Amino acid sequence: MFENIALAFQGIWGHKMRSFLTMLGIIIGIASIITIVSTIKGTNDQIKESLIGSGTNAVTVQLYQDNYTYTFSDWNPPPEGVEPITDETRQKLAELDNVETVGLYCSRQYNNEVYYKNTSYSGELYGVDENYFAASGFTLRYGRGFTADDYTKFRKVALLDDTAKSALFGQADPVGEILEIKGEPFTVVGVMEKSSSSGYAIETYRDYQMYADTSGGKVFVPLADWPTIFRFDEPQAVVLKAKSTDDMTSIGQQAEDLLTASQITGTSANGTFSYQSDDLMEQAAQIQEMSNATNNQLIWIAGISLLVGGIGVMNIMLVTVTERTREIGLKKAIGAKKRRVLWQFLTEAAALTSIGGMIGVAAGVILSRLIASVMGTPTAVSYPAILVAVVFSMFIGVIFGMLPAVKAANLNPIDALRRE
Amino acid sequence: MLLEMKDICKDYPQGKEVVKILKNVDLTIDEGDYLAIMGPSGSGKTTLMNLIGCLDVPTSGEYLLNGENVGKASENRLADIRNTTLGFVFQSFYLLPKLDARDNVALPLLYAGVGKRERRQRAEEALNMVGLADRMDFMPNQLSGGQQQRVAIARAMINDPKLLLADEPTGALDSTSGHQVMDLFDELNAQGATIVLITHEPGVGARAKRLRRILDGVLLEEGEGGTGDAW
Repeated sequence: MFENIALAFQGIWGHKMRSFLTMLGIIIGIASIITIVSTIKGTNDQIKESLIGSGTNAVTVQLYQDNYTYTFSDWNPPPEGVEPITDETRQKLAELDNVETVGLYCSRQYNNEVYYKNTSYSGELYGVDENYFAASGFTLRYGRGFTADDYTKFRKVALLDDTAKSALFGQADPVGEILEIKGEPFTVVGVMEKSSSSGYAIETYRDYQMYADTSGGKVFVPLADWPTIFRFDEPQAVVLKAKSTDDMTSIGQQAEDLLTASQITGTSANGTFSYQSDDLMEQAAQIQEMSNATNNQLIWIAGISLLVGGIGVMNIMLVTVTERTREIGLKKAIGAKKRRVLWQFLTEAAALTSIGGMIGVAAGVILSRLIASVMGTPTAVSYPAILVAVVFSMFIGVIFGMLPAVKAANLNPIDALRRE
Repeated sequence: MLLEMKDICKDYPQGKEVVKILKNVDLTIDEGDYLAIMGPSGSGKTTLMNLIGCLDVPTSGEYLLNGENVGKASENRLADIRNTTLGFVFQSFYLLPKLDARDNVALPLLYAGVGKRERRQRAEEALNMVGLADRMDFMPNQLSGGQQQRVAIARAMINDPKLLLADEPTGALDSTSGHQVMDLFDELNAQGATIVLITHEPGVGARAKRLRRILDGVLLEEGEGGTGDAW
């Protein structure tokens, strides 16, 4: 076997130019497939990264009415049979495996009762507990955060995120300024920002959809103030920080079950209520699937060039067998069996296409980097794809080398030796 | 008795007709024999050589080699017989151009499944025996015709065959090299090797212990058709 491989490489090296031209079809085919796969993987990684929020690992669990998020508003008060989350339940959530922090919050979408002087603000309003910022990956940019006193003394203080700050104050320093929320004055104490390094982080699938059409922005107040603003004890939503991205789905499911079991105490005429998590991994997979579908067609087209390359290999191997008729005859005359001759030529074809495959992989990786840097598309090396490409190109060698190898193995030594 | 051929015929189809190349050949060879088979071209001597060498099977008749009925052996078995029981020397040497002398000589051992170290060692011994100890690393195109043929003889002898078959071994050589090769055959025979030589050169045939002539597919009895010198 090793002799065969060594002989095969000798044969290939002995005809460098011819071997290279033979490999060219395989090289081009594998290179284009690797380029496509790298681009797909790059795009997928990017989707996943921006959707999951670059490592904040925050899982949001919200109240759902039937299949939709239950949106609280003045004309949409807390539904019957859904209880606010107690400290006991909160403790149970914190004790789930792989949960780092549990934050609770209430929120209002499209709030139109926040003013700074005459400027109105139409972003989101959040009532957050003391763990919310840590769980959802916000850090203080300047000013001060909420203190324990803010919660216990029901202080009317507010924090802004960057977008809300720009919308309300422009370049001016908001700290110490007074916001009017539902007619109540709130003092701005600081500005928060997402701890992830990317410009913006999409935290939920909804954010991903909303990002295009609203400027967003968030104003935070202590959760303790929420009932005074909105007059009801609303059932809170939960944000859980997972230890790793891979734990997010399982944590989300456990939290759903726990919250649905403990908070939904009665039935409502308005539909079925439940707690559901934003399964970001699954949503990422759905988006990735869409981009994969089109790219898979490209892979098939590139596969055609592999087929053409394989036929080229077969062609050259047939020529090689004819050229080496005497060698084959001699080998058979001195005792080489059919099987050995067959293997020799199969090995040579497989070695030829494997080398072609490896060169193709290298060319593909370089090409995808080049395209990425020129066109600005994302790219990522897929190691399984590289492995599959090399193994597959070897397989092509075996398939298309079969006919020439069988021809060589079946040569009659007398005829083969007689041919001068 | 090493080899026994009884009533061997070989036919080749040619178009719609069947050409009888060998007609009822009987031949026996004992161990230590040195037989020359002589005949003009087209007489069937190469076909006979192919049959003896298990490169081809007879159309009819019985061929026993070393007690084994070769006519009924499988293709793989024939390859084994060619590898271990027989040694071949051809007119145009048939050395592999990309292997050096040592690797060319060791080739049959590769097919016999001998390990690399032993292959190398035995190839060097065989090259030593044919007087080419100083040419181990030479490629065939760096060797003279006579040297190439001696490498080929070393290759033929490396598996210690029961029978050495030579097809016109001096046909491509000048007379000096030819004599050297023939001297080597004499020496091998003196050491106990059984040799069958096919030639159309009377001088070569005359050096064998026994001489049989072949004419139009018929193997003549010993002494029939004159001596080698008179041809």
